[in-house]
Amino acid sequence: MTNNKELTKVDLIFEKVEAKQVLKKAFEMTSEEIIRQVLESGLKGRGGAGFPTGLKWKYTAAEKDPEKYIVCNADEGEPGTFKDREILDRVAYKVYGGMVIAASAIGAKKGIVYLRGEYRFLLPKLLLELEQFHKMIKEIGYDFRINYCLGSGAYICGEESALFESIQGERGEPRNKPPYPTSSGVFFKPTSINNVETLVTAMMIVHHGPETYNRLGTKDSRGSKVFSVSGDTPTPGIFELELGMTVQQFVNEFGDGDTKAVQVGGASGFCVPRKKFASTIIGFEGVPTGGSMKLFNSSRSMYNVLHNYLEFFEEESCGQCTPCRVGCQQLLKGVEKVKKGEMKSTYLNELIKLADTMKIASKCGLGQSVGNAFRSIVENFREEIIY
Amino acid sequence: MINLYINDQKVSVEPGTTVLAAAKELNITIPTLCNHPDLCVAGNCRVCVVEQEGARTLIASCATPVTEGMKIHTNTLKVRNARKHIVELLLSEHRSDCTKCYKNQKCELQSLANEFAFGDTIFLDLVPYHNYTIDRSSPSFMKDDSKCIRCQRCVRTCTELQHISAIAVANKGLHQKISSFHDRPMSHVVCTNCGQCVNRCPTGALVEKTYIDQVWDAIYDPEKHVVVQTAPAVRVALGEDLGYDPGERVTGKMVTALRQIGFDSVLDTDFSADLTIMEEGTELLTRLKKALADGDKKIRIPMFTSCSPGWIKFIEHKYPEFLPNLSTCKSPQQMFGALAKTYFAQKKKIDPSKIVSVSVMPCTAKKYEADRPEMRSSGYKDIDFVLTTRELAVMIKQAGIDFRNLESSNYDSIMGDSTGAAVIFGATGGVMEAALRTAYEIVTGREVPFKNLNITPVRGMEGVKEATLKIEGCLPDWKFLEGAELKVAIAHGLVNANKIMRNVRKGTSPYHFVEIMACPGGCIGGGGQPIPTSMDIRKKRIEAIYSEDEHMILRKSHENPDVIAIYKEFLGKPNSHAAHELLHTHYTERESY
Repeated sequence: MTNNKELTKVDLIFEKVEAKQVLKKAFEMTSEEIIRQVLESGLKGRGGAGFPTGLKWKYTAAEKDPEKYIVCNADEGEPGTFKDREILDRVAYKVYGGMVIAASAIGAKKGIVYLRGEYRFLLPKLLLELEQFHKMIKEIGYDFRINYCLGSGAYICGEESALFESIQGERGEPRNKPPYPTSSGVFFKPTSINNVETLVTAMMIVHHGPETYNRLGTKDSRGSKVFSVSGDTPTPGIFELELGMTVQQFVNEFGDGDTKAVQVGGASGFCVPRKKFASTIIGFEGVPTGGSMKLFNSSRSMYNVLHNYLEFFEEESCGQCTPCRVGCQQLLKGVEKVKKGEMKSTYLNELIKLADTMKIASKCGLGQSVGNAFRSIVENFREEIIY
Repeated sequence: MINLYINDQKVSVEPGTTVLAAAKELNITIPTLCNHPDLCVAGNCRVCVVEQEGARTLIASCATPVTEGMKIHTNTLKVRNARKHIVELLLSEHRSDCTKCYKNQKCELQSLANEFAFGDTIFLDLVPYHNYTIDRSSPSFMKDDSKCIRCQRCVRTCTELQHISAIAVANKGLHQKISSFHDRPMSHVVCTNCGQCVNRCPTGALVEKTYIDQVWDAIYDPEKHVVVQTAPAVRVALGEDLGYDPGERVTGKMVTALRQIGFDSVLDTDFSADLTIMEEGTELLTRLKKALADGDKKIRIPMFTSCSPGWIKFIEHKYPEFLPNLSTCKSPQQMFGALAKTYFAQKKKIDPSKIVSVSVMPCTAKKYEADRPEMRSSGYKDIDFVLTTRELAVMIKQAGIDFRNLESSNYDSIMGDSTGAAVIFGATGGVMEAALRTAYEIVTGREVPFKNLNITPVRGMEGVKEATLKIEGCLPDWKFLEGAELKVAIAHGLVNANKIMRNVRKGTSPYHFVEIMACPGGCIGGGGQPIPTSMDIRKKRIEAIYSEDEHMILRKSHENPDVIAIYKEFLGKPNSHAAHELLHTHYTERESY
């Protein structure tokens, strides 16, 4: 039995707050106090990977190097995710607010927003708001500056270390880890890199107190989350929901009555078939997501869905490590051959094993997560892949 | 010290050691591919993955530093399966025409396949999905993208060791490839043809352009007189491709093998190395005289050596404003070529049009150098074909020669004599040492003030070496040098050449004479030398070079009887008009990308 929550809409991310008041409150707190609050809130990274934000800040704060960075990952590239765009468009001041709070917690003097190249159209407005923000914190007497850096369209540059390389003007390729960003991030300096939504959430935690946030969600998935709902739904868009609901509850709210599968977490996430809707919780105890929720109804071919994802990965792998570069091509070409009847259907078993290897042997999260979509679609919709 | 367990065996290593290196301490072998001892860690190929207890994924042992209490397993089922998959994946994107491939049995991917991926192929052949091309534009090497497995050793070599970046990674995903500026052919980019990438490529994606068949054709042509010269660095490395350990000198056997192969005259580049010293040494002293005694502002100091064709192309591309600083001397190979079809032809009464001049070099850039349009001062192409050390080894095998049991023999006379000074051309600092042995004696009438003539300050593997030689007791002609401190520097590997050039450009270089070799360790580490290469191997070859020098009776270039003879009979004196016609050259400014 799952102890899931009801589907509850929340208004936290877009809630209007007096930024100056929140920041004044934050600046009165010690670094340890901010980190303690964020830790207590149970906030995990909202980009998808779900690393506890408080821990990330704690590790970065513990570094001795006087030059540290807070980087906002706004390279929202996961297929089906568009919540960061909305957040930046509507409440950029809260993103900046989250950054300055993080900066004061970790001891950074510089912030960088790495903005997805396709979001360039937002930039004039974002810079205007940034100017006001810089003025505001100067009034409070806090020394901190944010700069923008634009991506050029590569999905991989959303991977934190590839993002650093990109900022540094290098080819956007993930680094070997360790060292982790908290000790060697952008310009090889201690860096906390956080998603847009994470930073806003952190600001709201400081505003409302960690207990308020902690009361939302489940043990493993505290708080609320902004979802990007798309696909076969009568109500596509951005929705902020309390964590802990099942896919069934989600489908009841957003489905078109004929939902056969939901892709949770985008191309690198998991495909949940109808039979598992009721037993699957959206969150870290079930299927985690950076926000992408794509609904498919019975008119959709899951072969096409899979093919589309694999084409995406084949292109968007940076190409440096073998399992990802070659594995993605093999998965795509392999399902094509099976579909055409040029390879036996049992070849899918070999491909599943390959996906498992990619999961454990790839250099970064991209290659490691290709197997998620592949496995969950092939295993749940084998018929559709073969015939 | 950090304590960890690998396959349940305890080992203590320095912090910062990689898991791969720690395993080596225990004599546990972990297979690798993109890893190379001369290059930075990449962690790309993933062949070296191992299991760490408690870790979510496997870890790349080459890229992961040890941590206290770490428990590593290198041979679990999980590791074996992943490794097999990875090798299979590499094979699936690699055009496996192994039996026909130049790198057959010398290919690192092939060895891995042999160990981990024999039997039925699992995955689809991806080569037909790509539109691969073979770039044959360079006279020195070929780049076959269909055999490239993207380990990026070549890219790291070009960037880290050579500071050129003629090749770089382009595109992403399935389109990722190793490419040049705007995808231009390799003949039209900043590439110096040094061949260091060729030397480190684990597959047949980068190989030298071979001229073996053309040389055989010439040998079997009864009309032709085929002359071969062998560079100093070849004799201390050829053995490695014929079953000897690194550092084994095989000079005498090599000469016999060349005769058995059918070369009509077996001569020595060392002869023209000695000649180079006479020409270059004289040029240096003349420059110093004009600059220091006559105050001629047009004379450029420091003077740079010009033996290394990779270095020449580097300066032509990257620092063209300093071309006047280059010695105008041709390299020993090209001096030899110009004389083979003039002096040698006259002496031997052979029609020069019937002479085919072949050189065996540790170098791929020499193939390019031989093709340069200015290298035709004999009225013919001075050097017809350049073979690498590796190609000579192939020819020896093709000829069915039992190399190990060959008797030693000596080079032919006329352009076959050499001195120890010429031999050390093969090692970094060697040209400098040879030049100093002669120049000092010209100026002072005495030998250089070093025990056994070994000028140790210019020896060794440091990237940039500096030395100062105080000149005292000058002969009357050189009085202006009395008490002067001659400052010299030596760089090997173009990344080090670049360090010197940056200072020269800034105007902070104090040197009078600078020796630069494009390859790490000098010619013994050349791009045409046997594969593999590493610091240890290069050191052994250098030891062999110096031991060859010590075993020579004559150790100063100006004492070479063939050199004395050629000046008497043919050239007059160093830097004479005849010498300038045949032995000197000019340079060309090139684009910097």
